[in-house]
Amino acid sequence: MHGFGPSLAFWVLAILTLVSAGGVMMVRNLLHAVLFLIVTFLGVAGFFVLLSAEFLAMAQIVIYVGAIAVLVLFAVLLTPRAGRDNGETRWAGPAVLLSVALLAVMLFVIKDTHWSTVVESPELTVADLGRALLNRWVLPFEIASVLLTAALIGAIMLVRSPEEEAEDALA
Amino acid sequence: MMLPALITDNWYDIRDLGNLSHEILYQLNRVLPDGLVYVIAALLGFVAAFLIFVLPSQLYVGVLGERKIIGRIQSRYGPNRVGKFGVLQPIADAIKLMQKEALTPKGADKVVMWTAPIIFVAPAVLLFAVIPFGPKMVFADIPAGIIYFMGVSSIPVLAAFMAGWSGNNKYSLFGAMRIVAMTISYEVPLVLALLGAVLLTGSMSLQDMVWWAKHNHIWLVFVQPLAFVIYFICVSAELNRTPADIAEAESEIVAGYLTEYSGMKWGLFYGMDIGYALAASAFAATVFLGGWSFFGIDRWVPPWMIFIGKTHLFYLVFIWTRGTLPRLRSDQLMSFTWKFLLPLALVNLVIVATEKTIWNKATDGDLDAAWVFIFAAVNIVLAAVAVYLWARLVGYRPEDVPTKPRLVKEAGGYIPAPAPEVR
Repeated sequence: MHGFGPSLAFWVLAILTLVSAGGVMMVRNLLHAVLFLIVTFLGVAGFFVLLSAEFLAMAQIVIYVGAIAVLVLFAVLLTPRAGRDNGETRWAGPAVLLSVALLAVMLFVIKDTHWSTVVESPELTVADLGRALLNRWVLPFEIASVLLTAALIGAIMLVRSPEEEAEDALA
Repeated sequence: MMLPALITDNWYDIRDLGNLSHEILYQLNRVLPDGLVYVIAALLGFVAAFLIFVLPSQLYVGVLGERKIIGRIQSRYGPNRVGKFGVLQPIADAIKLMQKEALTPKGADKVVMWTAPIIFVAPAVLLFAVIPFGPKMVFADIPAGIIYFMGVSSIPVLAAFMAGWSGNNKYSLFGAMRIVAMTISYEVPLVLALLGAVLLTGSMSLQDMVWWAKHNHIWLVFVQPLAFVIYFICVSAELNRTPADIAEAESEIVAGYLTEYSGMKWGLFYGMDIGYALAASAFAATVFLGGWSFFGIDRWVPPWMIFIGKTHLFYLVFIWTRGTLPRLRSDQLMSFTWKFLLPLALVNLVIVATEKTIWNKATDGDLDAAWVFIFAAVNIVLAAVAVYLWARLVGYRPEDVPTKPRLVKEAGGYIPAPAPEVR
């Protein structure tokens, strides 16, 4: 990544992503936090574009902004105590501890990784990605599908009320 | 990618305006200082896009045409006072909206309320980046064009949600919740329907899909009739147009998520609703109606004119459904998408996958065009049968609906026994 344009784009995106990620934690209003989270997702999609991974950027927007953020918004609206703000909880201490531990692990990984760079970016098409997913990485791909299906069924089982269970037992 | 023989690289060839703009920019770049040509390119693109697409489509088909045609459908004239036949009505509307005060309620979340119209407008412009207007008239022919389109068109929903939530009004919040729930549900069959199109053409680039249609001499709407119908229903639900405009149902929840908006902030939502409908029409025209190709006529008629014509044709169907169909209830829309459209989309996907496999095996990788016509005939029949059978399975019985009055006894109803005589 060199040249004025990409560097400028990188710094703008970095500032945008970090500021909005900070906003998610700092703001009091829960819905504002969700909106900041969406900006963070968009910033990450921008990084994927900068890395010439357009397909990943599109997938990031479709999945995170289009589906997950909308679901989070819906969940916040349907939560009875959503009016309660994003304030202090008794979990603040453990959360800080966990974040510090996570940061340490990530810093260690970043330092330990051998960052290889290429001069020419390889020509990768969507078809290549599909072939890789369904040939070499087919097992992780299928495991992820099974996991998601299990999560879906589990969610349905959790939210079913006892009355519905009773009705089904009669039918 | 090869170009048809008659479209040349000469600047005076108006069959593809890409040549002309390229020539202008090339010549300007030789006399102007370095880098200034990019500014000129943006201005040139803006003016050209405004003249050939935005002005006729947004103002005359979108605002005026929609009001006129709906007026005619409802046995009235529609706007006819400003200018001859009311042609200046959209301009008068715009001036009126700009003069009006944009009120902000006291309890509203002001920042979110101000940013929502802006976030709503920007993606409408971005959507047209991947739409090919002609063989060379495409701004960004990215390989994952369809996913780009899906991704960008999911952002306005968030803007609509922000608009509904920030107003601090229970009706706008109802509208916001309805639009979010509808989008989540209708996105699923929509993407599955488009997946059928992608599977058949073997590409996610919109330009390649047009070339596929041109190469095989058939539009995708004939090969994928079921996918086309599902796409149309889903997109009119996502665009929040009647019969599925429950998010701003004016007879139930005032104006839905737009209740607290006024002046030009409301105008941006109104204008861009039309903009999104036009973008969806342009997308459908590209994917299903063969884009700028027209069975060889595109050699003589400029392809961009054909494309804009197809877009307007599709938009007229939107207006038509809006003028004739009654609004559905929220729960009816939900059960329709999950119980009817989603299974049909899956059936369609299975059919397409089977056909693609047969096609690949039969022609040994070298895809022969004649097969597509067989698939088209088979698919039209299969689509009709699938829709009919699935409708009966979920409980649609037209023969049970009486067309003339019947006696209770004939209909199998309960007739109470006559009361015993009292002596």
